[in-house]
Amino acid sequence: MKKVFRLKDLDCANCAAKMERSIRKLDGVNDASVNFLTQKMTVDAEESRFEEIMDEVVRLCRKVEPDCVICR
Amino acid sequence: MTRRHKLTLARILIAFALFIVAELIPLPGIWKLCAFLVPYFLVGWDVLWRSLQNIAHGQVFDENFLMSVATIGAMCTGEYAEGVAVMLFYQVGELFQSVAVGKSRKSIAALMDIRPEYANVLRDGESVEVDPEDVEVGEIIVLKPGERIPLDCVVTEGSGSVNTAAITGESVPRDVTVGDALVSGTINMNSVLRARVTNIYADSTVARVLDLVENSSERKARTENFITRFARVYTPAVVFAALALALVPPLALGQPWAKWVHRALVFLVVSCPCALVISVPLSFFGGIGGASKRGVLVKGSNYLETLSKAAAVVFDKTGTLTKGEFHVSAVHPVGMSGEELLALAAKAEKYSTHPVARAIAAAAPAEPEDASDSVEELAGLGVRANIGGRRILAGNSRLMEAEHIAAQGGDGDGTVVHVAVDGTYAGFVVISDQVKEDAAPTVARLHRMGVKAVMLTGDRRASAQAVARELQMDEVLSDLMPQDKVSALESLMEKTSGAVAFVGDGINDAPVLTRADVGLAMGAMGSDAAIEAADMVLMDDRPSRVAEAIAISKRTMRIVYQNIVFALAVKLTILVLGAAGYANMWLAVFADVGVAMIAILNALRAMKVDGVGQ
Repeated sequence: MKKVFRLKDLDCANCAAKMERSIRKLDGVNDASVNFLTQKMTVDAEESRFEEIMDEVVRLCRKVEPDCVICR
Repeated sequence: MTRRHKLTLARILIAFALFIVAELIPLPGIWKLCAFLVPYFLVGWDVLWRSLQNIAHGQVFDENFLMSVATIGAMCTGEYAEGVAVMLFYQVGELFQSVAVGKSRKSIAALMDIRPEYANVLRDGESVEVDPEDVEVGEIIVLKPGERIPLDCVVTEGSGSVNTAAITGESVPRDVTVGDALVSGTINMNSVLRARVTNIYADSTVARVLDLVENSSERKARTENFITRFARVYTPAVVFAALALALVPPLALGQPWAKWVHRALVFLVVSCPCALVISVPLSFFGGIGGASKRGVLVKGSNYLETLSKAAAVVFDKTGTLTKGEFHVSAVHPVGMSGEELLALAAKAEKYSTHPVARAIAAAAPAEPEDASDSVEELAGLGVRANIGGRRILAGNSRLMEAEHIAAQGGDGDGTVVHVAVDGTYAGFVVISDQVKEDAAPTVARLHRMGVKAVMLTGDRRASAQAVARELQMDEVLSDLMPQDKVSALESLMEKTSGAVAFVGDGINDAPVLTRADVGLAMGAMGSDAAIEAADMVLMDDRPSRVAEAIAISKRTMRIVYQNIVFALAVKLTILVLGAAGYANMWLAVFADVGVAMIAILNALRAMKVDGVGQ
């Protein structure tokens, strides 16, 4: 399943790239992209565990960029 | 500025005042340090806190960490004022950068924002405001002056003019009246119209366009990927160089520690790749946004990059260089009257959607259909029909050859359709098309840019050459069956050293659009298959958009390279000066945030496309 999320206060382009890289490595994630310019994140992950995976994604993002909020 | 920005600004100002105070009051040794620590912590606590957090998370080479080490290092070597000032300067730069990027992001996004918010639907005689997604095909919507047309529809009441600039880039308003189709995303200008919805929102032009634009940043240009990879190597490399600079001279050569540690700190400050990481994608984003303003939708920055390297543009002839509006210009019957020949041809072609067939059908009076009629379409050849018990063949000379019928004549301008009845040749009909007004200027403009113009067509050599001469094309590939077009393009790509772009209207040429280095589909109101297959979509059907798209892509790439060269050159210079002891940390902070600012401002130029390459 592919879902797009809006990101709030994503302030640094390098962080976006770091987020993208670490989300891609998550188990169950097929593909992910973090777009700094449109402030959007696309996550393509296993449908059955999607919510669980998203919790992990949120945790990861907080680690890289504490100010950034993912609008779920 | 957001609230967060204002808060940061206030903090910076107060810290700056305290910094001045600390600088002015004469205090002895340790007290001086304490006086400087107040503004230092006030302005830099979040940087310090985040670097601590990041170390806990195992993210060492992050700009917060680097700034913390650099400023603390400065304090330790006794340069209190410099430590505080660098942190201040860094925060000012970050604030500027955040505001500038936020602003430019919004203004580019606004270029692309053509999403209709609501639709006024007539339900039970009343106009109700609903989400465009909730409107069904066949419902009547009311369009007020100044409103964005929410769905594709046909005018049923009223007349007025429509501004299609958001979709096609065409600035002259289009007059519409009852029966005219309206395209969603365009703006009704001056009168109240009623219109019947022809497409649900998801299938409407505006939804398709938005979908395309929003996904455009997922396909990244090689330059963009290069920068991301470069950034991953650059920071660790500079940090290790700094470490070496701090340790080697004092240990190996017995140089003073303070001097070399201070030089190493300069390295740390310039080690952030931010200017590049932000400005390169921003330039592409600006270029894509600017292009969409001109009615050219780009599916990804990689295509913009490839198009800028185009050495040849291949145009499909019909519908791309010519209007695709056919009419019968001559009838040459053999053994029957002209009307009779035309009527027979029209009957055979009645069911075909090919533009040539439509022209023939339109030229003869309509006749009632007969259930016993059968028609078989032969792609690239013509049709084979059984009409009222007579076997009619209508098509090009290849069809006649295949059926062993001797065709006559067939020279001159235009497309020739031969007709045979029950195996006997009956004559031919000539259909001609008109060249678009801006086709020749487009070819001339391509030549000025050093790009070759090639024409690709299924037409006979003679008529293809006539058009090509008129337009001064460099090369013509004629007599091509739809399936031959791909191989013709491939052989052209092989002998061309740069990229080859293909422009077509998507009728019969979707595979060619896919195969070309860059495929441009023209007249996006038309075929879904073309939009799917193409890398760029031209919203209106003027060939001049192709030259414009190339000019925009070249300009965007120029800005991208300017930013890369500028940022790297400044940083490298600072590194060299820093190692030699000529650059202090002030200069280093400028190299970091100042360069990022300048690069962002430069990137913004990419979205201003008015008059590019004219």
